[in-house]
Amino acid sequence: MYPKDYRYTKEHEWIKADGATGTIGITDYAQHELGDVVFVELPKVGTQLKAGQSLGTVESVKAVSEIFTPVSGEVTETNPALVDAPEKINSDPHGSAWLIKIRLADPKEPASLMDAAAYEAYVTEKAKEH
Amino acid sequence: MTTPATAELRKTALNSLHHRLGAKMVNFGGWEMPLEYSGILSEHEAVRTRAGLFDVSHMGEIEIRGKQALDLVQHVSCNDAAKLIIGQAHYSGLMTERGTFVDDLLVHKISDTHYLLCVNAGNQDHDFEHVKANNKFDAKVENAGPRYSQLAIQGPRAKDILQRLTPVSLDSIRYYHFAFGEVSGVHCLIARTGYTGEDGFEIYFAPEHSEKLWSDLMESGKSAALLPCGLGARNTLRLEAGMCLYGHEIDEATTPLEAGLGWICKLDKGPFLGSNLLGEQKRCGIDRRLVGFEMLDKRIGRDGYPVLIDGRDAGRVTSGGPAPFLKKNIGMAYVPSTTGSAGTSVEISIRGQAVPARIVALPFYKRPH
Repeated sequence: MYPKDYRYTKEHEWIKADGATGTIGITDYAQHELGDVVFVELPKVGTQLKAGQSLGTVESVKAVSEIFTPVSGEVTETNPALVDAPEKINSDPHGSAWLIKIRLADPKEPASLMDAAAYEAYVTEKAKEH
Repeated sequence: MTTPATAELRKTALNSLHHRLGAKMVNFGGWEMPLEYSGILSEHEAVRTRAGLFDVSHMGEIEIRGKQALDLVQHVSCNDAAKLIIGQAHYSGLMTERGTFVDDLLVHKISDTHYLLCVNAGNQDHDFEHVKANNKFDAKVENAGPRYSQLAIQGPRAKDILQRLTPVSLDSIRYYHFAFGEVSGVHCLIARTGYTGEDGFEIYFAPEHSEKLWSDLMESGKSAALLPCGLGARNTLRLEAGMCLYGHEIDEATTPLEAGLGWICKLDKGPFLGSNLLGEQKRCGIDRRLVGFEMLDKRIGRDGYPVLIDGRDAGRVTSGGPAPFLKKNIGMAYVPSTTGSAGTSVEISIRGQAVPARIVALPFYKRPH
């Protein structure tokens, strides 16, 4: 379910690091919690983000969710497909519905986040709380 | 309408069925209720184009019986129940002495000495106490919620789906009327009412029959692709239809006149709780009124967001969100009564940004006939 080569946050974002570039999205758990996604607001290319800062919002029919960047860096790209088809976040959250690409301030930073096994254990625990 | 997570949640007779169906469950007014099954958008579409089935057993029922049952109903509510014929229902407000809403409700006239009130889940105990406290009449008040389950089947195909299960001619039940009869062999009150803006029925029956009625309706609705629907779609449907929700558009601080519900406020029926103040408000005019708005770009004005007029904070959004069928983002808000009518430009403050919107006439959606 959760790609092994991604890293994850407690706020349910993922990052896939590829050298100095990171691709960021929200997890399947997050899209399920949100329900039908209807609108996404992303930062401008060139924006400098510090780890933990808000990078934008994902809105479902019933709620707004702020999305936080897992790592620091500069936004190099935002996903144009989400402008007209934000519902892709529900159908392919770990793939084509990535949110932004970022030039990593520190390529080693993603390694400090949860790996797939740790994240899966974390959401399993979360699900039990319900 | 949320209560602390620590409070013991009430459950309807269909609670375990909702879990089996994989519904996402939420706390609504102290009840554990399904928010969505397949998704709010698909459930919303089902009701607008085919049909949807809702468990609304959390709604409260209060029964008033006795020689002066009508007098008590008239005293506590603002619509004119004397105009109801047996087998007819109407929308009304349960009033405080200040002419504000204790709750909104449906009043069903079962006989000259028997009325059934359908009230909001989270308010039912308070409503019951309020009616009882104002009962200076020869009438008995019963908090009858536990004796009823309620299912709502709504949408253009609702009538056909329900008709297959009942000998009662549904064509003979006009909008906002009801009849008693069997559905799937279960004795029911069958009302042609709803909270979605579509044609449909709300049926009331003893809770032990809930699973049978639910599954028989789902079976009967198979060919029409009837979908189970949760509170999420119930909310987007009622918002699109411009209907008020207690705790949002109406509460103990708002009057029917402010909420655009002058049509349920029958000041000529004689005195009732709050009628003096409502009469005065009618003479002197209201300071604020409820309006509908639509957003002019893709952003969504939601509950609680400020409304700006000429750059100044002028009110609050009471309910706001996507209108899935209209494919717009809409909402309702209180604004100063001096604000212009449909077409007037306003802005909604969304996380510090003033986003353009315009006032539009209510309801947003009206079903085709």
